[in-house]
Amino acid sequence: MLSTDPEGAARFRARRRRVAEDDPVGHLDDLRRLSTDVRRSIVQMIDHAQLGHIGGDLSVTDILVTLFGGVLDVDPEYPRRPDRDRFILSKGHCSAALYATLAHSGFFPLSELDTFMAPLSPLNGHPNRRKVPGVETNTGPLGHGFPVGVGCALAAKLSGSSYRTYVVLGDGELQEGSNWEAAMTAAHYSLGSLTAIVDRNRLQQGARTEDTKRLEPLADKWTSFGWEAREVDGHDHAQLLSALRPSTTGKPVAVVARTIKGKGVSFIEDRVEWHHKVPDAAQVHAALEELSR
Amino acid sequence: MTAELMPDTTRTYDCRQAFADELIAMAAEDERIVAVCNDSVGSSNLVRFRELYPERLINVGIAEQDLVGVGAGLAIGGFIPFVSAAGPFLTGRATEQIKTDAAYNGLPMVLCGQSPGMAYGELGPTHHSIEDLAWMRAIADLTVVVPADPAQTRAAVRWAAAQDGPTYLRIPRFKVPSVTPDGAPFELGRSVQLTDGSDITVMAVGTMVSRALAAAETLRAEGIGVRVLNMTFVEPLDVEAVLRAARETRGIVTAEEATTTGGLGAAVAGVVAQNHPVPMRILGVNREFAPTGSAAFLLEHFGLTADGIAAAARELMAMNPGGAHEHG
Repeated sequence: MLSTDPEGAARFRARRRRVAEDDPVGHLDDLRRLSTDVRRSIVQMIDHAQLGHIGGDLSVTDILVTLFGGVLDVDPEYPRRPDRDRFILSKGHCSAALYATLAHSGFFPLSELDTFMAPLSPLNGHPNRRKVPGVETNTGPLGHGFPVGVGCALAAKLSGSSYRTYVVLGDGELQEGSNWEAAMTAAHYSLGSLTAIVDRNRLQQGARTEDTKRLEPLADKWTSFGWEAREVDGHDHAQLLSALRPSTTGKPVAVVARTIKGKGVSFIEDRVEWHHKVPDAAQVHAALEELSR
Repeated sequence: MTAELMPDTTRTYDCRQAFADELIAMAAEDERIVAVCNDSVGSSNLVRFRELYPERLINVGIAEQDLVGVGAGLAIGGFIPFVSAAGPFLTGRATEQIKTDAAYNGLPMVLCGQSPGMAYGELGPTHHSIEDLAWMRAIADLTVVVPADPAQTRAAVRWAAAQDGPTYLRIPRFKVPSVTPDGAPFELGRSVQLTDGSDITVMAVGTMVSRALAAAETLRAEGIGVRVLNMTFVEPLDVEAVLRAARETRGIVTAEEATTTGGLGAAVAGVVAQNHPVPMRILGVNREFAPTGSAAFLLEHFGLTADGIAAAARELMAMNPGGAHEHG
C-alpha cells in the first residue's frame, strides 16, 4: 500500500480551505490549475509507460479534479476513515487520470507516478484498492464500480452515516447491463446520498457511442429509472460544482457531464483513434506545450 | 474417529435451515450482519430473517451482477454481507463480480450458493450448479467451503463471517444425514477424518460424505479398510491430509456432486500427481448435461452413490493388489 505525501496533503487541505472560505473565483483558478497539472502528469505517465488510455483520461480530468478539489469529504492522511465520502472510478481504464489526481491531492507522492504500469508498481493499468490509497474498489471490467457504489450508499443508509458516494462512469460503459440493474436498486432504495457522473465524451473504443449502441436520450433514461438527472459542461468546474450538490428530492442524482475525449490536447480531441493510442515524442512535446499555456 | 462416535445417520436434513438459524443467531449478536439476495428470499430460506431484521435484508431483485457488487459495497461500508442466491446463478451469472468485486478486492463477504449440485434435479442443467466448484476454485484469494451436514453448515456460516476475506459457501438443499462428530474442529483448510483405514482413502464433500461413509461400511465387510475424509475445504485444500493418504493408502477416491473438471478431484489429483503419485478415481459428472430426473435419480445416474464409491475403491484395490504401498 502506498503512503501519504504530507506536503501534497497540505496543498490538498489549503485548496479545500479556500472552498470553505467561499472564495469562488480563487477556488476556480485553483481547480483550473490543478486540471492542467493533472493533464500534464497524464501525458508524462503515458509517455513513460508507453501505455494508457489518453482520450478518456483527458475527458474525465475536470470531473476528478472537481471532486477531489472541491467536493469529496476525504482525508489523504487517513484514506480509510470510516465516515469518508466514497469515490469510485467505474471506468477503471482511466487510471492515469485517477492516479494523477490522487497524487496531486497527497494520497501518495507524485514521484510514484513515474512507476505507472512498470513491473511490480502499485499503479497497475487498472486501480487496486489493496495497493493504492483513495481507491475504494478494483475496477477495469466495465459495469463493476456502479453496483459497488450502490452498496456503499446502502451501507451509509443502513448505518445512519452521513457520508456520500460518487461514482464516475464512462458513457460507453453504460452499454453494460449491470449498470441498469444498479440504477434500479438505487432508485428503489431511495439512495439520495448517491451521485453518478457520466463522462459523456460520446466516443468508445472503436467508434461513436451513437454509431455503436445508441445511448440517447441519456438524461431521460436516468429520469425514467427514478433518478434526478442533471446535464452540465463536464469541463466547467463551476457547473460541475453546482451539479454535484446533494439532491433535495431524496432521489439519487445522475450528472451527465458533456465532455470532449482528449480534452486539452487539440490533436487528440474528439478523435476515436486516441482511445488508447500512445503519443510519440514529438506529440508528447506538443501536448505538454499546449498544456503549459 | 470410530463409527461408534458417529451421529445418527438415519435422519436427513435440509442444510438451508441450519444456514438460516445460524445467520439469525449471528444477526442478533452483531448488527454488521446483513443478507443480500436476488429475489431468493424463500429459496435462500431468509423469510424469518426478513421478519426479524427487515432493514438488514437487501433484495436487489433478479440481478446477480448487481447482487455481488452491492454486497461488495456493503462490505466496504463495514457490514458483513451474506450474499445469497441459487448456486448456478450466483456463480455463473456473477463470476466476474465474484472475481473482481469480492476476491480481487479482498473483501470480507460470504457468497452463499444455495441448492447447489443437482438439487434442482428435474428443472434441468440450467438450474444445476455443478461447475461452481471448478469456477470458484480458479479464483485467487477466494475460500471454497462445502459443508456436509447441518452442524458443519452452522459452523461454516459462523466461521466465514469472521474471516478477513471472501468465502464461497455451498449450502446443500438435497437432504443429508448428520456426519460430523461432536467437537469436530472447523478450521481453514482442515479436513475431518471420519473413519480410519489403510487400504483406500475416500475424500468427499457435501452430499457425498454420508455416501462415502456408507461405502466404507460395505467395504469393511469385504475386508477393505477405508479412510473417509470430509474435505470441507475445496480451497485451500488440506494438502497434508492428502499427502498422508497418498503415502499411507493404496489409492484415493474423490466424490463430489460437481463436474470432474476442476473441483475437489482435480485439486486432489494436482497435489498427488506432483508429490506422491497414487491411483485415483474421480467421481462426479464428467462434462455432461444431466438428463431429466430428480436429484436422487441423477445421483444414481452418475454413480454418485455408496455403491459407486465402493466400486471405485475395489477398482483401485485391483490395480494395486499387493498392498505394496510405501511406508504402509
